[in-house]
Amino acid sequence: MTAVTEIQAPSKPEVPGQGRSPSKFPVYLAVTLLALLWTIPSVGLLINSFREPRSIRGSGWWTVFGNLFDSTAWTVQNYSEVLDGGFGNAFANTLAITIPSVAIPLTVAAFAAYAFAWMEFPGRNLIFVTVVGLLVVPLQMALIPILRVYTGFDLNGTYPAVWLAHAGFGLPLAIYLLRNYMGSLPASLVESAKIDGADHYLIFTRLVVPLSVPVLASFAIFQFLWVWNDFLVALVFLGVDPANRVLTVELADLAGRGEGALNLLPAAAFVTMVLPLVVFFSLQRFFVRGLTAGSVKG
Amino acid sequence: MSTPPVIELDGGKQRPLPAEPGASSNALQLWLLRIVSALVVPAVLVLFFFTFDFLRQEDTNKLFQVVVAVLVGVGGIWILYWGMDRAITAMPARAGSAVRPFAFAGPAIVLLAFYLIYPAVNTFILSFQNSTGTEFVGFDNFQRIFTESTYLISMRNSVVWVLFVPAVAVAIGLGFATLADKLPTKSEAAAKSLIFLPLAISFVGASVVWTFVYNFRPEGFGDQIGILNAIWVAFGADSLNWMQVPLWNNLFLMIIMVWLQTGFGMVILSSAIKGVPEDYLEASRIDGATEWQVFWRIVVPSIASTIIVVWTTTLITTWKVFDIVFVMTGGGFGTSVVAERMVTEFFTFNNDGIGAALAVVLFVAVVPILVINVRRFREQEATR
Repeated sequence: MTAVTEIQAPSKPEVPGQGRSPSKFPVYLAVTLLALLWTIPSVGLLINSFREPRSIRGSGWWTVFGNLFDSTAWTVQNYSEVLDGGFGNAFANTLAITIPSVAIPLTVAAFAAYAFAWMEFPGRNLIFVTVVGLLVVPLQMALIPILRVYTGFDLNGTYPAVWLAHAGFGLPLAIYLLRNYMGSLPASLVESAKIDGADHYLIFTRLVVPLSVPVLASFAIFQFLWVWNDFLVALVFLGVDPANRVLTVELADLAGRGEGALNLLPAAAFVTMVLPLVVFFSLQRFFVRGLTAGSVKG
Repeated sequence: MSTPPVIELDGGKQRPLPAEPGASSNALQLWLLRIVSALVVPAVLVLFFFTFDFLRQEDTNKLFQVVVAVLVGVGGIWILYWGMDRAITAMPARAGSAVRPFAFAGPAIVLLAFYLIYPAVNTFILSFQNSTGTEFVGFDNFQRIFTESTYLISMRNSVVWVLFVPAVAVAIGLGFATLADKLPTKSEAAAKSLIFLPLAISFVGASVVWTFVYNFRPEGFGDQIGILNAIWVAFGADSLNWMQVPLWNNLFLMIIMVWLQTGFGMVILSSAIKGVPEDYLEASRIDGATEWQVFWRIVVPSIASTIIVVWTTTLITTWKVFDIVFVMTGGGFGTSVVAERMVTEFFTFNNDGIGAALAVVLFVAVVPILVINVRRFREQEATR
């Protein structure tokens, strides 16, 4: 900690890259080329999603650049067909799965994190170290036994079964993140609240939770994207029954139909991506932080 | 009383409860109370979720289900926790302070125990049983997955994936972050967003994106609509079914994963690069170092620990990815990986024994990382 306390010398006016290389042209070129290379697959898909079904099958998406302003070449038919053909329902299912799957672990973990950070109880350190260990345990370790329990109680294919599974799988990361953050709040703050007569519940709800909003938001976004994009948990615990399918399962099914469904795939893919992309563009800062922090999750 | 009554709310400094006559029965009571207080919230949740039939009926209005779920999942849980806290406050102060932490942390511990610890232990047991779990078969499952070519191919591919994907993703991410760092802030942010964007997409979505890169039309079946074949054919070659070219198809699948994961390393490495003190860089430049030398001798050593973290993280993600292979090839044409094979075995073939054994392989491989994480955490705690 002491290493970074020295005051930073006022540096020269910020002109990035000044004096580093004689010309920035090669750098611009390399960055642009790589960014372009990374973007081409998605752009191709986006263009295809608005083309006539016959054109999607008949020619590459790049051929549109020859007649960009021919209005008969463009259509939203694929989107309406996709939404009517199961993806509208799947979108609702995915929302119904995702929101509680974020809210439940967030609440449960917040209480637990507070206990790990500010309460003393037997087994505290051992349990928390176990949580740290659980961070990297592959999801695959949990699937078979949980599926057996669910099948035994006839719970498979129900929403709560999936909510609680996502909650359980998301908890190690949530507890780990929140506890580290809450534990780094100044002890004097908590102590003085105690002296003023506040009990743990009051300190938690009125002091610690409001102060922990950034880390709560980061976890919420990370968990949202994780659950929204999840294919494995939904496939195993919700199944392939058309009424139950979430977006990823529906999309994988469509992709498996091959040539016959080829014209619907681009539009369908974008229906599954639209919400994550909105989150990505609007909350990029939280998104990055959540992702960075969540990088350890199994 | 040898000690004054300990007033609660003294995290960290509270002394253990003194042993008194009759302490053992008191302790037993206390532990019962603790266990009960930990169980109340999960039990009420499970009862509520699973006894109300409307939540299980497929034709119930989705929106209604979501609203109920959110009300219960957030509001209901808070009320439950609040009720537990009130009940504990009514207890004698000392008992209350001993029980309260379990009301706070207990529900999380119960969920972790049921959803992660119990299944992990059970999976170990299942891996020594036959496909339906009716009898023990010793090491048969493991013997099969380490000798039969189906499984050996999966393991070979998984090893290649974890060698290739993290190395390439980190290398490109580091190179890109370094170059973008030299651009004006706005261009840098825009360029980084484009590389980073795939991270918001699901593995299934990414597979569909790349379906239109790798699409294949045999000769005489119309124009190529996959861009890779279009370029390939433009150079005069015959179109190729990329997903079925032996061995190389693995590379094409791995490229999808690289495309997805590069942004992650790039973002984290980019902020690490910005943390390298400008003085070092300036000093070495004044001494006549080229940009290439500055990068390898100053920047890379300064951010080595970040590189290792990013590399490890990408490695774990890659090791566990199943969706890409599952969607693109279904594990056929010699492209199967362990994580995908595991799901196929137990979910498609109902072969729980082999599935569990493959899950154990997945787990055992990450144990070293688990140990390192725990050790590093302990060190951090010791210096807190």
